[in-house]
Amino acid sequence: MKQFFIFVKKEFAHVLRDKKTLLILFGLPVAQILIFGFALTNEVKKSKIVIVDQAKDPASQAIITKVGVSQYFQIENTVANKRQIEDQFKQGKIKMAVVFPPYFNRDLLHQNKATIQVITDATDPNTANTLTNYFSAIVADYQAELNQTKAMPYRITTEMRMLYNPGLKGAPNFVPGVMALVLMLVCVMMTAISIVKEKETGTMEILLVSPFRPIMVILAKALPYLMLSLVNLCIILLVSVFVLQLPVNGSLLLLFAESTLFIITCLSLGLLISVKTESQQVAMLISLMGMLLPTVMFSGFMFPIENMPMGLQVLSNVIPAKWYYIIVKSIMIKGVGFSAIWKETFILVGITVVLLIISIKNFKIRLA
Amino acid sequence: MRTIRFLLAKEFRQIFRNKAILAMILVVPVMQLVVLPLAANYEVKNINISVVDNDHSTYSAKLIFKVTSSGYFRMTEAKNTFNDAFKLIETDKADLVLEIPHGFEQRLIREDEQKLFIAVNAINGTKANLGGAYLNNIIRNFNADLRLQMIVPGKLNPMPVVEIAPTNWYNPLLDYHVFMVPGILAVLLTMIGSYLTALNIVKEKEVGTIEQINVTPIKKHHFILGKLIPFLVLSLVVFTLGLIVAWAVYGIVPAGSIGLMYGFILIYLLAVLGLGLLISTYCDTQQQAMFIAFFFLMIFIMMGGLFTPIESMPGWAKSLTALNPVSYMIDVMRMIVLKGSGFNNIKHQLMKVFLFAVVFNSWAIWNYKKTT
Amino acid sequence: MKETVIKTDKLTKRFGDFVATNEISLEVYKGEIFGFLGANGAGKTTAMRMLCGLSIPSSGQATIAGFDVYKQTEHIKKHIGYMSQKFSLYEDLTVLENIRFFGGIYGLSNADIKTKSEALLNELGLQDEAKTLVGSLPLGWKQKLSFSVAILHDPKIVFLDEPTGGVDPVTRRQFWDLIYNAADRGITIFVTTHYMDEAEYCNRISIMVDGRIQALDSPANLKKQFNASSMDEVFFELARGAKRGE
Repeated sequence: MKQFFIFVKKEFAHVLRDKKTLLILFGLPVAQILIFGFALTNEVKKSKIVIVDQAKDPASQAIITKVGVSQYFQIENTVANKRQIEDQFKQGKIKMAVVFPPYFNRDLLHQNKATIQVITDATDPNTANTLTNYFSAIVADYQAELNQTKAMPYRITTEMRMLYNPGLKGAPNFVPGVMALVLMLVCVMMTAISIVKEKETGTMEILLVSPFRPIMVILAKALPYLMLSLVNLCIILLVSVFVLQLPVNGSLLLLFAESTLFIITCLSLGLLISVKTESQQVAMLISLMGMLLPTVMFSGFMFPIENMPMGLQVLSNVIPAKWYYIIVKSIMIKGVGFSAIWKETFILVGITVVLLIISIKNFKIRLA
Repeated sequence: MRTIRFLLAKEFRQIFRNKAILAMILVVPVMQLVVLPLAANYEVKNINISVVDNDHSTYSAKLIFKVTSSGYFRMTEAKNTFNDAFKLIETDKADLVLEIPHGFEQRLIREDEQKLFIAVNAINGTKANLGGAYLNNIIRNFNADLRLQMIVPGKLNPMPVVEIAPTNWYNPLLDYHVFMVPGILAVLLTMIGSYLTALNIVKEKEVGTIEQINVTPIKKHHFILGKLIPFLVLSLVVFTLGLIVAWAVYGIVPAGSIGLMYGFILIYLLAVLGLGLLISTYCDTQQQAMFIAFFFLMIFIMMGGLFTPIESMPGWAKSLTALNPVSYMIDVMRMIVLKGSGFNNIKHQLMKVFLFAVVFNSWAIWNYKKTT
Repeated sequence: MKETVIKTDKLTKRFGDFVATNEISLEVYKGEIFGFLGANGAGKTTAMRMLCGLSIPSSGQATIAGFDVYKQTEHIKKHIGYMSQKFSLYEDLTVLENIRFFGGIYGLSNADIKTKSEALLNELGLQDEAKTLVGSLPLGWKQKLSFSVAILHDPKIVFLDEPTGGVDPVTRRQFWDLIYNAADRGITIFVTTHYMDEAEYCNRISIMVDGRIQALDSPANLKKQFNASSMDEVFFELARGAKRGE
């Protein structure tokens, strides 16, 4: 046991000596949580639009005023004709154009019907869709005002409650996601690189000829990173709670326990990568280029998993970050207890065990 | 010039000799480009809804039928009380709960007004907003149908209607792949370019070979060029592979000029590779280089407009993206591929990226010291 | 009159408070084999890096092949060869590829590179290994190859930093044959070593202790001066007083 602590001490010395890496290790999650927590949002607001008002009558002006005060739109200088619209679209300056026909008000009053043309830049289908919806809502609102004199029979109204996040902010969704992403990448990268480095420089041989069980070598390497990651987790949580004003509605202890489990999962994945690769460069490329985008996409905080093709939905199950994201969201935002997340916990344990078994098997083969 | 030829020969030999890296560079981006766009779909559908029907009337049954047949919602377990249904939200089995109060049908007829209750899991704000809007729409339609049935024709005067005729330019079918593929390709290219260059010089430092180079009379800018060109060529190969995948798998053919696209990519790559080189001149170990590159790239990529629209970011974040080369790249890729934008449309972005290229590379040359 | 190719005057390098090399003054003549001795940590590598133009001195003067170590480092580099303590050819290139690469970097013509690489392979007996990756060669061969590459461009001076560390006696003997051949061609050799038998092979040697040069003369004269029967004794006598070292 004493030997083990000597080993752990050596590993800590390695980690603590490299100040540049250390700075990045702690600075990176904080900066990323802060930036993403504040900046990432799927909301569509203040979109730039142009209006071609060929009518210039009371009805068109009334609608334009309504659009102008809406937080969703920002009216750019009005343009005279459609060709200019195309140019603005191509330069990426506007997202939508609204065209009022001549005699808009007259049509509305005399024929009881008038049409507004809405052109969206549909390169981003989400924005295009949302903007059309917002604009329709404004027009519907205008219409309701027109008709308000006539009371309607059989009114069904709705009362909607936005649970957990009444302000519909981005942070409650993105912060748990970014937490999963950052912890995962940092942990996997650190372990994978530190072990492969010892292989590359040949010091691994020295460790392996020592009268020390290989499993102990691995444990000693993992321990400092586990502790480092826990410190990181604390910092991330402090930033989330005090700067981003996110709640921790559930049990803090449970959150830490689950995070520790997730960190161990990531360390195991790093271990597996390091066992399978021979050079630092390959290990890094796998843990970054191979993992960054898939983790972002399959953990579910960017794109709803239930929308994906069946094959990819199945695939997303092997991404540990997906389960951790659900767990963090549940504990922090929903404030539920272990009974609601035992399934996710169980899956993470399963993934960890499988990763560990594969890597230890491979590690032994290498020795023989 | 002759020196550069020798440097290039050496770099290319080393690249082609390391089959593991080469495979990663070529296979990983292609695979990701094939698979990831399938997963990237913001379209909100298959929203799980749980209905608490306290009325069990003809109307409530009709309403529930309307909700399920809309295509947006998927009915999960029906519950008898709101609290039971709320448990479904807690465990992520339902995204939305619709509660129909007891006596809904009777009172609607008698009192002309009736309220429905909706609770939405709003952790994902966008999904909640859209889901709520869809449900409201369905209820409004249900209401209008009801009125038509109930009201004697002619009792109501025709009301003026403003119609909206939406046209979706550049992507009339609102196909998400067309939007994501150019962006994902841009991100993959950025990662390859900057990681590889960042690691390359640092590796020479770690192994010690840089010492042998530093003691030769080689010119600094020759050395940097010798590192830049091979990875530039490699990245262009990856880009071309990406275009082929986009065409073969997703049927995407750039609407604009391919020549213009390659011209822009060339300058963009110079900027990205320059960033990688710059990072490597500040680091002593590959590990450091990797973490620093990771730090910047992650911020660049997440804030580059691939996943979330830049326009929605707060003011300070928007100003920050002016310093983010990736945002220009994603923007221009989408403009050329989807809108067919020409040189005049992208010259602002081109200028900015050119500036990045000049700054990063000169800085890297300046900071690479043969003598300490 | 002997031609001086290395001349230093009170050359000093400080890292913060630590004086790695303290006012060393020496002259090395053309064609000479100059042994630069000292215990570990005495400051040999630091001094050598300054002479090669890899590191700028803190104070003092030095000229290498007539060029100033402060302002003309790039000129110095044209006229010297360097073999560092750590093996630093490209392990993932073949023997021939390494030779060609460094030849090209030093600006040799293609014809020169061809004839020189053939001569080099012959001299080292590496003809059959020309297409072998350097990484898979035994250490002794790597060292010899490294040296040959360092003098490929016929430099005026070649700096060797512990070139024979970890190599068997037979290979060391062969390595010194290479050194003598180079010296015969008029190349000045500036070499550090821990082996005292190798010190005997040098024309003159200096011994550094704690950043200073404590003795400088031919091996024979030094033995006389310290009344010693071997260089081992001379070295021990001097190095015993050292405060630094590992």
